[in-house]
Amino acid sequence: MSRQYIIRRLLIAIPSLLGISLVLFTILALAPGDPFEELATNPAVPPEVRAALRAKFGLDDPVWTRYLHWITAMLQGDWGFSFVSRMDVDTLILQRLPVTLIVIGSSQIISILVALPVGVLAATRPYSLFDQIANTFAFIGFSLPTFFTGLLFILVFSIQLDWLPFVYRADIDATGWQFYWEHIKQAIMPVMVLGLFQGASLVRYVRSSVLDVIKLDYVTTARSKGIGERKVITKHVVRNALIPVVTLVALQMPIVFGGAIVTEQIFRVPGIGSLLISAMLANDTPVVMAVTFVFACLVVLFNLIADILYGWLDPRIAFR
Amino acid sequence: MAEPLLDIQGLKTWFKTDDGLVRAVDGVDLRIDRGETVGVVGESGCGKTVTARSVLKLIDMPPGRFEAGRILWQGRDLIPLDDAEMNKIRSREIAIIFQEPMTSLNPVYSVGEQIAEVIELHQNLSRKQALVGAADMLKLVNIPNPERRVHDYPHQFSGGMRQRVMIAMALSCQPKLLIADEPTTALDVTIQAQILELMQEMKERFGMAIMLITHAMGVVAETAQRVVVMYAGKVVEEAPVGALFGNPRHPYTQGLIRSIPRVDRSAGQQARLESIPGTVPSLLDPPPGCRFAARCKYAMEICTQAIPPLKEVAPGHKVACVL
Repeated sequence: MSRQYIIRRLLIAIPSLLGISLVLFTILALAPGDPFEELATNPAVPPEVRAALRAKFGLDDPVWTRYLHWITAMLQGDWGFSFVSRMDVDTLILQRLPVTLIVIGSSQIISILVALPVGVLAATRPYSLFDQIANTFAFIGFSLPTFFTGLLFILVFSIQLDWLPFVYRADIDATGWQFYWEHIKQAIMPVMVLGLFQGASLVRYVRSSVLDVIKLDYVTTARSKGIGERKVITKHVVRNALIPVVTLVALQMPIVFGGAIVTEQIFRVPGIGSLLISAMLANDTPVVMAVTFVFACLVVLFNLIADILYGWLDPRIAFR
Repeated sequence: MAEPLLDIQGLKTWFKTDDGLVRAVDGVDLRIDRGETVGVVGESGCGKTVTARSVLKLIDMPPGRFEAGRILWQGRDLIPLDDAEMNKIRSREIAIIFQEPMTSLNPVYSVGEQIAEVIELHQNLSRKQALVGAADMLKLVNIPNPERRVHDYPHQFSGGMRQRVMIAMALSCQPKLLIADEPTTALDVTIQAQILELMQEMKERFGMAIMLITHAMGVVAETAQRVVVMYAGKVVEEAPVGALFGNPRHPYTQGLIRSIPRVDRSAGQQARLESIPGTVPSLLDPPPGCRFAARCKYAMEICTQAIPPLKEVAPGHKVACVL
């Protein structure tokens, strides 16, 4: 795997990100409402001032001039100004992004760590009790949308049992271990909700992928070597079975972010998902644009990671 | 008589399926002596492959099941052995190569790694030494540039070359028996000859016995000393190769031999290439009596009533037919 390949992939990502930004910008421009809409209904602001402000920020320019303004500013590191929060968009996003990444990241890691062994084990004993139980849980997990499981968890663990807080707080006034413990406690439910949803479909993918591989000729060859069933599975089956799973996980990333937006909203997690929702409600266009663009970058990044993993797993993929 | 290397006695390997019990191997006796090449022939679906895989216990259980019989390997029955004990025999004493060289190698590991895996396990060598051993094996099976190719992946080899790799892998621990399950079926004719020649050469070098499973009578005639003809999960004839081709006794064997295309007759002289009418009966619910009766031109009433036992008609020549 070459560094050249990664550099080339990153270069290819540039035009696609440009395309994405153009589409996003156009759609947002077509949508009704802009940050100054509320000024129109505010009697304290005279119409002349409003018109002057609009002219100053170039809000009535044609779409393409506005896009060019936006993209040149963006490239220079100026992500715009949030009129609602009265601060720079990049500071706003940088404040919120780590929380989202921690919640999504740990839910992904947990779901992979659980789904991999469960899926493999279920596939090696098809139709056994373990397989049936795993399948049932998987079905429940991915048929229930995150907004439902989220509310269910809150009902059970916060209201009935009172174990976990159901509002995510950024301002925890504790120190030392207590601080970390409080953070972990409030992250448990959002992470579990997302992880359950992710892990459930992942179990199904892993299971069917392993079942496909396990009956192939080279697995029989491996068995005929006398290396033992455990090694046959871990060395010869799993690596091959992971190849399609990696693709699926990468393709699922947009869905994961979508699910994260909903989950953040339910648990009041101060991440960029809830930022996006509130920005949309407030017609805070620069923030909406920037957050969706960050999501697009993350999706492109995860696809790149998937491609690299793919090539590492499968020597037949040449990095050209 | 010396103790045979492999002695299969009355083996029945059945499969439980949704449609019922499939009697894939239904009472097979098969003996292989040290250093001997035994050909096992028969049409597709007659139980050759299941017999071969039963010996190494590579049958998935369930749905498979050993219903009866013994598989004596140097006098020791393999059927009651557990997986750990079987693993000491697999590859080290009995090795197997398969029909499809294109799919028999794991695509994500280099061929060297796959050969070295066996050497490392059974000869207690380090990975590095095992890789050297793997290169030596590739050299032995006439793969050019073995030191370099050892790091190549299966997709960088052609079908014939992959079968050479499989042979190298199978022979890397000098087994006493090599089971070759239709090793040439998936290869084109010139490569087939090369692979058979290579197997012959390896046999002379290592002195192992070969169980050669094939449906090509020509391949058997060239390489085997003894031939076992299987039909619908049973052995119907067993004879030294000369006797089988010179004086085939079972109508099925006769049909198989007549269906070999001949190039030494001109088109005018040649009668139409004969085939055996019909197909192998379902093993789900085999007909009573001789299983070949429905396709046999000599079939009599008695044939459909009882299964004719395998009886010796000449020294070493056994037939299961009332004729």
